[in-house]
Parts: sequence; structure tokens; C-alpha cells
Amino acid sequence: MTVLSTQRDVDALTLTFVADFDAPPERVWQVWEDPRQLERWWGPPTWPATFPRHEFRPGGRSSYYMTGPDGTQAWGWWRIVDLDKPRRLEYEDGFADDKGEPTGELGVTRGVVTFEDLGGRTRMTSVSTFESAEQLEQMVQMGMEEGMRGAMGQIDELLAESRV
Amino acid sequence: MVVDALTEAEVNAIFHALADATRRDILGRVLTDEQSVSALARRYEMSFAAVQKHVAVLERALLVSKRRQGREQLVQGEAAAVGRARRLLADYEELWRSRARRIDDLLAEPEPASRTTTSTTPIEGDAG
Repeated sequence: MTVLSTQRDVDALTLTFVADFDAPPERVWQVWEDPRQLERWWGPPTWPATFPRHEFRPGGRSSYYMTGPDGTQAWGWWRIVDLDKPRRLEYEDGFADDKGEPTGELGVTRGVVTFEDLGGRTRMTSVSTFESAEQLEQMVQMGMEEGMRGAMGQIDELLAESRV
Repeated sequence: MVVDALTEAEVNAIFHALADATRRDILGRVLTDEQSVSALARRYEMSFAAVQKHVAVLERALLVSKRRQGREQLVQGEAAAVGRARRLLADYEELWRSRARRIDDLLAEPEPASRTTTSTTPIEGDAG
């Protein structure tokens, strides 16, 4: 796997993530489609995800929970907006109560994932857009692996961006 | 654990403050050197009052602090707060990097991929 690029857009609250995988798109598609495979990578080892419901078709709903180190369950839901197997997936991701029902709190994350065939390999591009910084903060708190932090050079980046 | 505790209002104020190009430029300048509002105002084609308003937005987001020296108002960037705002997206990026690593591990396994059931009631392709 090669991470080709990432792009953070603070203004638009968008993260674009591009990675190549050593498998054809049909195979990479399966890790999203099959809930048992999805469970193995969506959450970090410290917050593993469980998908009791996963309707992988346009308009379908999924329910999942992530279990924290102290047993806390954080529930979320997906709505599949659009599917074009094995090329494109569009979904919404939000917070849910412990029955998997959307709480409506903190808004919805929109995800668009595309799978490009590189002749046996796959370029996967994931674009995530948040409605609010608070929502992003919750996602990060729930989804981060302990001890793993982003680079601390953000102030330098900001300076580089600001200067004309 | 991951991010320093910020209230919703604080986080929103930070992102609002950073959503404007002039304010980002002002912030970039005062992070390295303390500058007076009047010195900043000379750099932009806008009124002193307009620049003062931009500084006030940054100040409310705790990205800069102001102090008075004689007749001048001096503006200084608060580097730690700026770092927190950008760290949120950096952390989310790390989350996707770790997901990609796990997908990669999964793809490296011989097919068919594991059918281990950690969940309770698999409802695939629910007709409802």
C-alpha cells in the first residue's frame, strides 16, 4: 500500500486521502461491501467497529458501534447515497444512539470514495467533508489509535500558506 | 487524549476565524512578530477599522492576544491555539492512514478473507 497524497482543507473542512492498493478494484470493493471485512479496518484496534446492520445498496442503511478500551460503545450510522460497483461509493456517516438510530447531533459527514483500476492495482480516493469542527473533533476522538498523532508541524504549514 | 479539550464554541470560533484569507495572513504575520494594528493596517487595502475587526475575530477565537503600549495596540499570535485547529484535520488524516494500513493487511491475506464474526446479528442486504 502506498499513500500517494493527502490534502487538508481547513476552510472547507475536507480531507482528501489517496492510496494505492495491490489488488484489483473488485477485491478492494469487498472490504467495504462485506461487513465482516469492514469491521476489521474501520475502527482502530483500540476502538474496533462492529456492523450489526450493513445494507450496501443505494438508499441502504448501516448501523455500527465502536467499542472503546473501557467498554464504552459509540454508535454511528451510514446511509448509502450511491453505489457504482466497483468504481464509486457515496455515503453519509453520522452519530447514533445505542439502538443505531440517528441522533441528528453534530451533523453528517459526507464520504465519496472512488476506485480507479490501475491494471491489477487500485487507486482509492476518499474525500470526507464535515459540517462542523466539533463533529470532526468527535470523529477524531472516537477513531484515533492511542498514541498516534498527526505531525506537529501545522503552525509551519499555516505560516507557509499565509505568506504571499 | 487526542486533542486538548475545546468547547464547541471555541472550536467554531477558531474555524470561523481561519476561514478568511486576510485573517490567515494577519495571523501568519503576528505569529512570528508582535505587530501594531496600525502597522498591519498599512499592509492591506482596507480601512484601519476593517483590520481592527479582523483582529477582533482572531482575538475572540483566542488565536491572538492584544496589549496596549502607549497609543499603539500590539497584536501577538497564540501559536498553541492555531496548532490545535489544524491538528484536528491532521488527526483525521492519521485515522485514514491507519485504515489504509489495515485494508492493506486484509488484502494480503489469502482469499476468501476471514469470516470471523465479532458482531451479533449480521443482516446483509436487508430487504426492508
